[in-house]
This record gives sequence, C-alpha cells and structure tokens, in this order.
Amino acid sequence: MTGYLLILVSAVFVNNIVMVKILGLCPFMGVSKKLEAAIGMGAATTFVLTLASGASYLINQYLLGPELAYLTTLSFIVVIAGIVQFTEMVIQKTSPELYQVLGIYLPLITTNCAVLGIPLLNVQAKHNFMESLFFGMGGALGFTLVMVLFAGLRERMEGADVPVIFKGSAIAMITAGLMSLAFMGFSGLVK
Amino acid sequence: MFSALLVMAAIAIALGAVLGFAAIKFRVEGNPLVEKIDAVLPQTQCGQCGYPGCMPYAAAIADGSADINLCPPGGEEGIHKLADLLGVDFKPFGGDSAPKAKSVAFIDENNCIGCTLCIQACPVDAIVGAAKQLHTIIASECTGCELCIAPCPVDCIEMVPIEENAGNWKWKYPVYALTPTESMRPPQ
Repeated sequence: MTGYLLILVSAVFVNNIVMVKILGLCPFMGVSKKLEAAIGMGAATTFVLTLASGASYLINQYLLGPELAYLTTLSFIVVIAGIVQFTEMVIQKTSPELYQVLGIYLPLITTNCAVLGIPLLNVQAKHNFMESLFFGMGGALGFTLVMVLFAGLRERMEGADVPVIFKGSAIAMITAGLMSLAFMGFSGLVK
Repeated sequence: MFSALLVMAAIAIALGAVLGFAAIKFRVEGNPLVEKIDAVLPQTQCGQCGYPGCMPYAAAIADGSADINLCPPGGEEGIHKLADLLGVDFKPFGGDSAPKAKSVAFIDENNCIGCTLCIQACPVDAIVGAAKQLHTIIASECTGCELCIAPCPVDCIEMVPIEENAGNWKWKYPVYALTPTESMRPPQ
C-alpha cells in the first residue's frame, strides 16, 4: 500500500508531468487563462489518463509483448483516441452537466502529449497494472494541480501592473519557469 | 511483420466495435427544437455570441437562457428567421443583453451651474457642493446608480467606466451556469 502512495505522491509532486518532465505544455499555456476552464481540462484529463494507463498496460502486456515493442507508441495513440471518443459519448449520455462543463476540452485531450507520455513512462518503468493506474492518476492529478495554480496566477496577473513588453504570454512563460523552479524543491521528498 | 499487421488490425476492429456499440447504446436523443434552431444559424462557429459554437448557442436559445439577437454573422435576416421559428417578436441587435461595465458618475465642471439638483438626487451623498458653487463627485462613494443624470438641467454629468486594476480586481463568476435537471428539482 505504501508503494502505491509513494507512486502517487511522486507523480503529483516530485516528477510532476508539467513542471518536471515538461510534458503537456500546450494545454498548460493554452487553457490556463480562466480558472474554471483549467479545472474542466484537469478533470477531463484525469478521467482519460487513468483509463488510458490501465488500457495501455493491458495492450502492452498481453497483445504486444517484447517482440512487437516497436508498436507501443502507435497502438497507444490509437487506444487513447478511442478512449477519448468513448468517454465523450458516455459522459454526454450519463451526465449532460459534466459534458457541458468539459465541452470542447474532451476532444483536445487526444493530442495532449502528457496523456501519451505517461503510458510510455509506465512501460519504461515496468509498472504492473495497479502501479500503472496509480501513476496515471497521480500524473493527471499533478497536471490538474499545476493547471489550477497557474490559472489562478494568470487571473491575478490580468490586473497586475506588468511592463508593456512582458504583457501576455511573456510574463506567463516567466511565471511558468518560476513555478517549475519551485517544484524542484520537492525533488528530495521521496527517496 | 504479419503479426504487427494482425495486432493493429485487431486493435482497430475492437475499438471500432466498442465505439459503434457505444454510438447506438449511448445515443442522445437531441431536442428537435435545438436542431431546428441550429439549422437556421450560419454555422460559422465564430463564438461572437459568447457560446463555443453554433450548437451550444442553439441549445441555449432552446432552453431560454440566451436571446435570439446575439449572432452577428446571421444578420437581421437571421434574427427574423429565429423570431419566426420560435414565435417571438423581432429584436434589434445586441439590445441590453450585454451587462454594462461598472462606472462612476463624473461632473463636467465647465458646464455645472451649481443648481444642487444632483445633490438632492444622490442616494449615497457622493456629491459635494452648495448652491451657486461647483459640484463634484466623490468617486470612491459613487455606486454608479445613474440617478443624478436625469435631474441635471445642463446635462453635465456622464458615466465613466472604471478600469480594472490590481486594487479593485475580483474573482470572476463561472462562465458555465449549471442548470438543474428535472430529477434534481425538489418535488412540488
């Protein structure tokens, strides 16, 4: 049990997918202008990433094996796209409110490199099924955490007195860099 | 090589079967009114109405949360068509659908004649001055109620929008309003 907890904490803080691994920067910069959009994107990503981690483990373990290892990236992309489509249909049917909140962010997840990156990292680290699920969920929670924090910062920066040349994306990039530095402080948390 | 083809084909067939099954099983019966409204809209997906596309705008019109006069690409002709479809009156563009920016009153002191009419109208005593003396507004006290504009005989009062800065910035309300469904409403 402690093993799973360690994987979760390490994926959220120590090896944060955005701040340490520098994956998934497109939604991190693109969908972080408004807090509720960031929360929606984070929730959708968490849902898809947890499912995708489990499914990609099964495919890698039982369908591909060592001799077809060169197909991992290709098959993972196909599976993730399928899961996103499936999730969209299920959510639209079962919870129209959630569908309305997530809206256009669901299809965007297909092209989020963090969602492909975590299953590939799972393969690399030779995680078993439960470890893969926890690593996927932890990575997605870490993604959600930094999305929400960053969106909050950007909403505050809208009203701040920023020098003209730093306005907009420039100050956002600098802030993201400072956040990344701050996350380096977690690096000694899990030995 | 052959096994690789086989595996990818198997994944594709399995996913296709699952998605095809889900498309039938989880089919959402769309509101027929939404589809009719969507057919009238110009399908530019420009988002100028404030919704992320024509379909969400059509859904918002259908459940009554949006007005019919928010679609610039559709033009007045589009509003006429929507008005015919929904059996409501034609409305000119924009109207008062957009909320006004927060603003405070400002007295043009070149034109003020010192009549004190605005002082009597102000509900929060945000105007200082006396008879035959220039009046001025205490901006921090003004609530922007516009009650002082009507009584001014020389029309020297105007509303000045407040610029947003770090001092008066507030968290925004969520964009997406969650509307309760039938099952969530308390029983009558």
